[in-house]
Amino acid sequence: MRSDPIIDRPRPSAFSLRRIGALVLRYVYILRGSWPRIVELAYWPLVQLVIWGFLSNFLREQSSWVAQAAGVLVSAVLLWDVFFRGQIGFSVSFMEEMYSRNLASLFVTPLRPVEFVAALISISLLRVMVGALPAALLAIPMFDVSIFDLGLPLFAFFANLMVMSWALGLFTISLLLRAGLGAENFAWFIIFLLAPVACVYYPVTTLPDWLQWIAWSMPMVYVFEGMRHVLFEGTFRADLFFGACALNLVYFGAGTLTFLWSFRVARDKGQLLQIGE
Amino acid sequence: MDQTAPLGITPDPAPAGAADTAAAAVTVSHLTKRFDGVVAVDDVGFTVRRGATVALLGGNGAGKTTTLSMLLGLLLPTSGTIHIFGHDIATERREIVHRINFTSPYVDLPMRLTVRENLTVYGRLYGLRDVKGRIAELAEDLDLGDYLKRPIKKLSAGQKTRVGLAKAMLNWPELLLLDEPTASLDPDTGDWVRTYLERYQAETGAAILLASHNMAEVERLAGEVLMMKTGRIVDTGPPRALIERYGRRNLEEVFLDIARGTGSGGAGNAV
Repeated sequence: MRSDPIIDRPRPSAFSLRRIGALVLRYVYILRGSWPRIVELAYWPLVQLVIWGFLSNFLREQSSWVAQAAGVLVSAVLLWDVFFRGQIGFSVSFMEEMYSRNLASLFVTPLRPVEFVAALISISLLRVMVGALPAALLAIPMFDVSIFDLGLPLFAFFANLMVMSWALGLFTISLLLRAGLGAENFAWFIIFLLAPVACVYYPVTTLPDWLQWIAWSMPMVYVFEGMRHVLFEGTFRADLFFGACALNLVYFGAGTLTFLWSFRVARDKGQLLQIGE
Repeated sequence: MDQTAPLGITPDPAPAGAADTAAAAVTVSHLTKRFDGVVAVDDVGFTVRRGATVALLGGNGAGKTTTLSMLLGLLLPTSGTIHIFGHDIATERREIVHRINFTSPYVDLPMRLTVRENLTVYGRLYGLRDVKGRIAELAEDLDLGDYLKRPIKKLSAGQKTRVGLAKAMLNWPELLLLDEPTASLDPDTGDWVRTYLERYQAETGAAILLASHNMAEVERLAGEVLMMKTGRIVDTGPPRALIERYGRRNLEEVFLDIARGTGSGGAGNAV
């Protein structure tokens, strides 16, 4: 109680990188204190890569479509993993706060809901880097496929997949706020619900007409179609890129509004205090 | 507002004017919370002055924690207003959020993080300039030095309570909301925590609003008591005055009278 207590206290800024950094630091502490968590982050992407890498090698000899573009399947699996890890990283970090009954303590501090979302985004990015990068690097010596050969378009694909993963994460944590940890499994299976129409491994024209309409309403389809264009034709389709950006804007905006609404409902019903294991 | 009321609370505040709310740490007016038709807090009003300790006393479900949650901004009132340091928390919470803090047995800190890591994260969230220095001070004040490096999950209930208190003190709160601050502590540690709170208040002039089932604690710390029952404040007064008015030996007997609807004290200061 010695230092200067109650003087010189400007009101907290509306948006603070320091507060976002504090939550990221909390996650880094968790990772640092548990090596199995770090291994777990990289484990599944590596397993996926190995399975799809060998399958790719086999199909390259059997299928002219795969043979036309070496690495189309491996690139697809790596980009899909970015989307999958991004969403899981976002949602699981939120669940960590629920497991530890920490939401009430957090929201009594100057932390604002938008800063909380920004922190979840940063943590999700960190998790994707830790999880997907080793797999992407291993693909080079093991299967002679470098996703980095996609060049600048890779960043466009990566950015769009990450933003969509955060949008999906926002819808997921909104549901968790409303329904509690009973909806925990939703965070894991929602992505598999989207996988068939995301057209990760096959062109969108493979789908029946009516399903193509649904597929084109999702940014991931634009990304994977764009990736195939780069690999097969050597061209970057700007129309697909901007289509993905526009849809992401809509989904991310809707996700943010849904989260803010759920947060307000949680404050109305007292769920910030009750939520937890 | 009644300026002759004893230090601590002013029962039945009128809708707060700017001058009144600036002089008070907390001004609550006609506060009500309903959950799906069930009234948890019913038209409650009180004022906590700066430097005072006020206790919310009542049985389970009386509305103490719900009231504290609304003051913290974790729960939205159905109706009524809350002013903290003159700011309406419905519209100006950002002006005062860094000046208050709380501790509650119903809220945990992340279990896998060590005590130091937890305090570092919260120190940064409160925007402290010297987080390390503040943690060192609190470690000394609250005797945390031996387990700063220990994960929360490996602490005893009493140690967790101390860490929760350290978290609550990080930002030198001018208003401290304490929900059963000495629950699960042995008598010695409980006494030690109460002494710490008294010293903190004497040094900083902070206001304390305390919800507790521990009558001895309330008698010792609180200048005023708000007796709550089924969401309403049914009586108020300094602990001694309540005991005398009800013709009882201690606050626990007063509490039982009010909870069971027996005794002859009546609602002398009912609001």
